Amino acid sequence: MKSQQAANRPDNTAFTQQRLPAWQPMLSAHFVIPGFLLIGMAFIGIGVALYITSQNIQVLEKDYTGTGQYTACSECADMQTIPCICNVTFSLTTLFTGPVFLYYGLSNYYQNYRKYQVSRDDVQLWGDVTKSPADACAPYQYIDNKPIAPCGSIANSMFNDTFSLYQIINGTMKLVPLDGKGIAWWTDYNIKFRNPSAQGSLQDAFNGTMKPVNWSKPAYELNPSDMNDNGFLNQDFLVWMRTAALPDFQKLYRRITSGDYALGLPPGDYVLQIEYNYAVKDFGRKKVVFSNVTWMGGKNEFLGVAYIVVGSLCLVMSVVMLVVYAKYKFADENA
Amino acid sequence: MIRRGLDRLLGRGEGRADSRTVYVGHGAWSPAQPFTPPRYCDNRIVSSKYTLWNFLPKNLFEQFRRIANFYFLIIFLVQVIVDTPTSPVTSGLPLFFVITVTAIKQGFEDWLRHKADNEVNKYPVTVLDGGRSTRKESEKIRVGDVVEVLEDETFPCDLVLLQSSRDDGTCYVTTASLDGESNHKTHYTVPDIETDLLLLNATLECEQPQPDLYKFVGRMYIRREGQEPAVRSLGPENLLLKGATLKNTSKISGVAVYTGMETKMALNYQGKSQKRSVVEKSINCFLVVYLCILLSKALVCTTLKYVWQRQPGQDEPWYNQKTQKEKDTDLYLKMFTDFLSFMVLFNFIIPVSMYVTVEMQKFLGSSFITWDRDFYDPQIQEGALVNTSDLNEELGQVEHVFTDKTGTLTQNNMEFIECCIDGFQYKYGNCASELDGFCVEDGPVNKLQRKAGREREELFLRALCLCHTVQVKEPGPGLGPVDQVDAARAVEERGFIASSPDEVALVKGAMRFGFSFLGLDCMKMKIQNRNKEIEEYDLLHVLNFDPVRRRMSVIVKSEAGETLLFCKGADVSIFPRVREEEVMRIRTHVERNATEGYRTLCVAYKKLSTEAFAQADASLREARLALQDREEKLLNIYDQLETGMNLIGATAVEDRLQEEATVTMEALQNAGMKVWVLTGDKMETAKSTCYACRLFQRRTELLELTVRTLEAGGQKCEGRLHELLLDYHRRAVQDAPPAKGGVSRSWSSAVQDYGFIIDGATLSLLLKPPSSRYTSLFLEICQNCAAVLCCRMAPLQKAQIVRLVKNTKGSPITLSVGDGANDVSMILEAHVGIGIKGNEGRQAVRNSDYAVPKLKHLRKLLLGHGHLYYVRIAQLVQYFFYKNLCFILPQFLYQFFCGYSQQPLYDAAYLMMYNICFTSMPILAYSLFEQHICIEILMDNAILYREVARNASLRWGPFLHWTALGIYQGLLFFFGVHCLFRNPALQDNGQVYGNWSFGTIVFTVMVFTVTLKLALDTRHWTWINHLVIWGSLAFYVFFSFFWGGIIWPFLKQQRLYFVFANLLSSVSAWLVIILLILLSLLPEVLLVVLRKPRASHIQQLKMRSSARKHRDFLSNTGVI
Repeated sequence: MKSQQAANRPDNTAFTQQRLPAWQPMLSAHFVIPGFLLIGMAFIGIGVALYITSQNIQVLEKDYTGTGQYTACSECADMQTIPCICNVTFSLTTLFTGPVFLYYGLSNYYQNYRKYQVSRDDVQLWGDVTKSPADACAPYQYIDNKPIAPCGSIANSMFNDTFSLYQIINGTMKLVPLDGKGIAWWTDYNIKFRNPSAQGSLQDAFNGTMKPVNWSKPAYELNPSDMNDNGFLNQDFLVWMRTAALPDFQKLYRRITSGDYALGLPPGDYVLQIEYNYAVKDFGRKKVVFSNVTWMGGKNEFLGVAYIVVGSLCLVMSVVMLVVYAKYKFADENA
Repeated sequence: MIRRGLDRLLGRGEGRADSRTVYVGHGAWSPAQPFTPPRYCDNRIVSSKYTLWNFLPKNLFEQFRRIANFYFLIIFLVQVIVDTPTSPVTSGLPLFFVITVTAIKQGFEDWLRHKADNEVNKYPVTVLDGGRSTRKESEKIRVGDVVEVLEDETFPCDLVLLQSSRDDGTCYVTTASLDGESNHKTHYTVPDIETDLLLLNATLECEQPQPDLYKFVGRMYIRREGQEPAVRSLGPENLLLKGATLKNTSKISGVAVYTGMETKMALNYQGKSQKRSVVEKSINCFLVVYLCILLSKALVCTTLKYVWQRQPGQDEPWYNQKTQKEKDTDLYLKMFTDFLSFMVLFNFIIPVSMYVTVEMQKFLGSSFITWDRDFYDPQIQEGALVNTSDLNEELGQVEHVFTDKTGTLTQNNMEFIECCIDGFQYKYGNCASELDGFCVEDGPVNKLQRKAGREREELFLRALCLCHTVQVKEPGPGLGPVDQVDAARAVEERGFIASSPDEVALVKGAMRFGFSFLGLDCMKMKIQNRNKEIEEYDLLHVLNFDPVRRRMSVIVKSEAGETLLFCKGADVSIFPRVREEEVMRIRTHVERNATEGYRTLCVAYKKLSTEAFAQADASLREARLALQDREEKLLNIYDQLETGMNLIGATAVEDRLQEEATVTMEALQNAGMKVWVLTGDKMETAKSTCYACRLFQRRTELLELTVRTLEAGGQKCEGRLHELLLDYHRRAVQDAPPAKGGVSRSWSSAVQDYGFIIDGATLSLLLKPPSSRYTSLFLEICQNCAAVLCCRMAPLQKAQIVRLVKNTKGSPITLSVGDGANDVSMILEAHVGIGIKGNEGRQAVRNSDYAVPKLKHLRKLLLGHGHLYYVRIAQLVQYFFYKNLCFILPQFLYQFFCGYSQQPLYDAAYLMMYNICFTSMPILAYSLFEQHICIEILMDNAILYREVARNASLRWGPFLHWTALGIYQGLLFFFGVHCLFRNPALQDNGQVYGNWSFGTIVFTVMVFTVTLKLALDTRHWTWINHLVIWGSLAFYVFFSFFWGGIIWPFLKQQRLYFVFANLLSSVSAWLVIILLILLSLLPEVLLVVLRKPRASHIQQLKMRSSARKHRDFLSNTGVI
């Protein structure tokens, strides 16, 4: 009898009876006002630190599109002579603290365009050039029925202006060594991208493939000075292949880390020699940026300002809440 | 339903419009005439929706009729056909999942219905077939079969009674499961039928099936060799209805006339229609809004895209050449496919997963009702039952409660409470020391003379013993002859049978005072008096009860030779027929008893002289034989006889209420619900019940609209109805004090309470098409009444009332609660149907949405579970729309920065997993476990129920609030990160981030914000909430590492490879994530804190019961 009764009777567990022990927090003013006060102060602290850090970052931007208000490289802008070399000069009055990073920037350039964005073949870039490239690479899939390596619009449109920096000391141009290593993500260089493997040289590995239409050199000759910086593992190529989020973007080109310039660019006159190959004047602009970085990355005042604003907001709120709460409590005691 | 209608149509077409002919036992009418049995439906009851072979197409069709499912199907097809940014899998998989789960659920439910049907259909019955009695399954009974039914069995179909084991050709049935009347009704065999049914050669002509339980017209032609066929007319007294139970008769035989879906019981069923909750309607509304948002987003993007492309250099820059195919495509076709692509990109704004989560919430949530131990009744050893999980939240929205009386409000168990003899009150029980257990309470008239004379007492008790139609149950086989002294006890053990349970109560009451009725034997009534002596009375006449006279009488002849007439009846029908001074003494008693909810009856007697009796006897006999106007003549004679009587006293009988019925009704009314009592019972009984459970109170002014009040005016019914309605309307609606500002009228406690009473006949008059203008008057009056009582209702009329109220302005949510088969139609009609697991069969339970063992459980079901479920599902719905708005808004904004190219901001995995994994579990846990106010407080403070009344949390106000929040956060997420990415060099090594990093930061901020927003709203943190909220955040982080940590061979592009890990190595990314989360939650925190003063009363309530809760908590933890 008893057992039968138990069979039908719902279990008396806290779960089934909806009586699980529960924490019932009430966001009361006692807790929120000091909380806001603390957060506010912490945020203002962080904000100030960010702001000062950002202010201390030195940035030097040079637009060299050659059209419009900036006239640097205007001789090359029409793209008639190839190759066209032009110079951009600038002078520094104070030390540009190192390590200095050299970026190139493009504006109104849609690397995040969907059709463009998918126009690559990650299988090919992982070292498999024997397979036919992905359909997404069209119209840069084949030339004369030979697969293009690397295929697709992104690779085809790789940025190919080159820069070399000289310091002018007593009328002579002293080359500033630019370091092209470690500008791409470590994982991109080491894992995500692979060169096709074959007996012999890299050139053999690319045998049977065509270079992208816009490229002047095939992939395996991208950097003649460093054998390990060729093919799909060329650092500039890797940087380019990581497509930018917004139409105005900048990408890392070189670092200045060695020799006399390890501590930065000393005051003086400089010439940036540009081999002008990349056409952007139809839709946008291009620039070159010198910048140093800190723990928070490149110069960005947004974060610091935002933190200070939000921190102050929290402080104001806590005061407002204090007033409201005092009033409410007052009314409550009267009632 | 359709088939039945079709059958009827066809039937008319074939010209068998008015009647059907049944060949009893399938005997041929004449050998010359070829016998072609007409086709009638078989005796199968079908309540299931699907069969095995039509399940798939029918179910799929039903599911895709749902606007959301259809929408997802379209999206899926678009993705398959058009080149879109996301793969068809992202929407196809969830859709497939939803459809499958729903199909399985519905299939399972239908399987249960099949099982229940089979139980009825396969029930074995005995059929006489060619002289042999064979056992058959109930479903195989055909019209014309002769069926045998034993005592306490249920009739398997509608039968015309041919033969009974009782000598007098009668049988007793109870129709409790049909119309709720649990008394025994007498049915008669067709007269002059051969005792051997084998020899019977007869046909039967009767009307086509119709739902009225109390109407049946037919003729039987009995053919004997060489004679003209004898014709016998058949009435409802010959018809035994399916669903009724045979009582006190060992065996009967009858011929099946209506079977299966054509039985009166089945015709009183209504077709099952899918019940949709209000919340679902709200969801659909919001869905349309979001659909509009979606369409306009897609439209804006498409337009802007082509505007933008018209600028030089933008359409096809050299770095992004089009393929030949793209160049060849027609511009308008391109526009169209672009539009579709945008639709697909933004389609996540309407989440498939919401439907899955809602379904899951409902399914799992309803288990808490099943599991609730408070709903467990040790008597029947059962708990609550949930038949439909779709309506949980509707329990929190009820505005009108329609309750059955018998078995629901009352236990249908009459008990003698007290009586009053000559103005002195006698109460049984509490002072047993009094002589004979007769105890006198303070008489209201004269305290000195505390007791009526003994002679009067005995006269009164004799009257109680004699004036009734009660029968003593026949002795069972085990009982031997009993000696005289124990006769009374033996009789009581055997029990009584009566057409009305209060008669039994009276007889039993008299027995307790020493006068026992021993039975009726050869028209001699035997009673045992206080001195244990047997007295015998000749029963000369019974003047039956009828609802117009509202009294009944017996004429008996005592051993001393006196002829006495005893009469008992309602006070209003007795008082005019006795002397005024007698009435004065009793009236106050009667009135007090009536308002206390007791059924009161007055008892009077009259001595008849020999001449007077002889005259009465003659006229009665004459009238009984009259062929025309028999009823009227009898009434006239009754009327003449029952005059000039002497009032002896009054009785009070209690129809015992269900446990806590009063408290429950009070709680429901406090919660703002209007209670309607719908009963098939007599008005007096129902009225007293309403008084007993405080639906009517002493100060309640009753507005009566019944046959009696209609006939009282002496005018035409219609005119009188019109007059009364206008009068009541003036009193209850126009003269009612205007409602206080802010409080809806139905909630204000009017100075004068009104109660409305209407009966079935008047209702049908009211609802007749030409006078339909009355219905609005009627409803307005009812709106202003504290309670409404509808008595003498046929099952379908109950449903009619429910439908009437349901379709009024504002379509209030209705709830029907009942326990018998007569309540099924109203249970099916109402938004929510509750079955009480009473003693009247399982019909109501089977057809209900929820079934509970007792009426008192309604309180917790509505105030506790209902309220919580509503709050939970409302939050669930609003939250889902909100989180998808702020999910998709950044994606929309991103289009402005990617050349309107439908570039997704988030990776495909994130797009798919957002709703399924990262943000679905916390809200599911919330919607299962949240108790913003704990159940005890909700139950103790019925007024809290009004806070969620009328869909309060899903109206446009809250919806706009949530939408605004979603937009605010969406804008913040996108532009916050956008500002950060003005310089994408975010690492201390100068490397830059790409578009997938951008999306991942936005997504991370979003997942955290949306989850923490829910955490802010959670008031009841069980360990499950903790686990799920922190768990899903942890899972997100873990998944992101995992997804980005491996080169996935099946992916075409390794977009997210190490993106997340790289992200976390940047201090700026961390800082922006923290900043944006905090900033987007800031307004919410503020709102919660500043809103506190308004919610203070809840907190006070909490304080009040915190001590008890603490105790509960301790005891619970102790148990665990």
